[in-house]
Amino acid sequence: MTDYQPFLITFRLALITTAILFIVAIPLAYWLAHSKSKFKSVIETLVSMPLVLPPSVLGFYFLIAFGPSHGLGQFIEHYFNTRLVFSFGGLVVASVIYSLPFMVHPIQAGLAGLSPNLKEASFSLGKSKMNTLFKVLLPCIKPSLLTGLVLTFAHTVGEFGVVLMIGGNIPGQTRVASIAIYDEVEAMNYHSANVYAGILFAVTFIILLTVYFVNHRYAITKNL
Amino acid sequence: MISFGISKVLHTAQGKALLDVMCDIEPGELVGIYGASGAGKTTILRILAGLLLPDKGHISVGGNMWLDTTAGKNLAPQKRSVGFVFQDYALFPNMTVKGNLAYALQKGQPPAIIDELMELMELQQLSGRYPETLSGGQKQRVALARALVRQPKLLLLDEPLSALDNELRYRLQGHILQAHKRYGLTTILVSHDVPELFRMAGRILVLEQGKIVKQGTPLEVFFNEQAGGAFQLVGDVVDVNMETRVITVLVYNNVVKVQVTAAEAIQYKQGDRVLVSSDTFSPVIRKIVVS
Repeated sequence: MTDYQPFLITFRLALITTAILFIVAIPLAYWLAHSKSKFKSVIETLVSMPLVLPPSVLGFYFLIAFGPSHGLGQFIEHYFNTRLVFSFGGLVVASVIYSLPFMVHPIQAGLAGLSPNLKEASFSLGKSKMNTLFKVLLPCIKPSLLTGLVLTFAHTVGEFGVVLMIGGNIPGQTRVASIAIYDEVEAMNYHSANVYAGILFAVTFIILLTVYFVNHRYAITKNL
Repeated sequence: MISFGISKVLHTAQGKALLDVMCDIEPGELVGIYGASGAGKTTILRILAGLLLPDKGHISVGGNMWLDTTAGKNLAPQKRSVGFVFQDYALFPNMTVKGNLAYALQKGQPPAIIDELMELMELQQLSGRYPETLSGGQKQRVALARALVRQPKLLLLDEPLSALDNELRYRLQGHILQAHKRYGLTTILVSHDVPELFRMAGRILVLEQGKIVKQGTPLEVFFNEQAGGAFQLVGDVVDVNMETRVITVLVYNNVVKVQVTAAEAIQYKQGDRVLVSSDTFSPVIRKIVVS
């Protein structure tokens, strides 16, 4: 009997992470696309770090930082009454940081690729930055938004190292699908591992196929 | 009355240059800015619209200070009553023609102006179309109409017709002039097309390396002496016939043939920009040289 709970946790984690990142990444990407600040390179580097850093490194730091024996962990435990290590909340925080570049980069590239005149035309028509962003700029980069959403979702579904380090392997709480596979293989339970792996493979394939299909269609209708 | 004095270091292809201009413009005037690319024409418009901050300067429009660097005042572009028509039109690709105009409506502004402008710019047929399906001339009319929705005091046109062919240019110049008169606008037109400036501008500022080197009426600016005669036409030489000593000049769509002496004929070649004017009897031709 295959236990499908790891999938529920995985997709819940991926949905929440994607939703949070969508809200966080838009202002961040806007700033990165338009800023001339000297700190831009530093922020860009920090955003991109999860791309190259081994997940275990990131997970290790989270474990230390959020642990009850350190300042940040104590602070969170004292004021928010939650512990972020070995809990679902911790998985969300770690995933948001780990998947940040997958949301920020496509949106940033989309915004930077728009003619600066669009923004300026909107300003000279009396429209605020907010209005311009939501009525003009974001609707013009729909393919980039879709790419960001889907890559973030798919990347969170595929997380392993970070999740294992900070979440452990608690059934019903932090055991996500990728860890369940590892667990089943360790237990020589190849049938379950096969089912889990097959489902993850199929879901990821369908998600990515949808993005490429939709973006391709979008490109065709735009080039009428 | 619009009065401004601005200075800013320009980084051009030829190196650094200082943009330093001062100018007073009467309400209802249509002023042309003429100059080579990199002279700072577009920069002036962008500074007036508040899209670019000069190193120092002031802009006052009808008694309101839009910019005063000594007092640290700089009105945001949203708060300046400006219509800006960009060289690449900058139409919002996610909105229809009518949507582009409607977006420009200000809070509480009655939408009747939209239909009025759609009619004035002959856009009714294109109302539901998206910008990517429009031709250059159509896009230009939408951009102009959109810039006028807000009923600005100042209309800034950045080489609005440079991408269009002659015939279309001529029609659109008519549209711009019509809007300029109808809405009592003060308009600044950046252009490097001499016939266009002749037709449209009452006054021309010639900009070189960031400085106004000459200003006046088109005739004063483009000719050293005042040309006399009953008419003056600006056109391009399309043919010089040495045998018959006839120079053929294309003035928009019309051909004018001018008889000259052999000594004069050798001074002209195909492509020269010339002014054809009438003396008492026969047309007289002159080369147009700036400065």
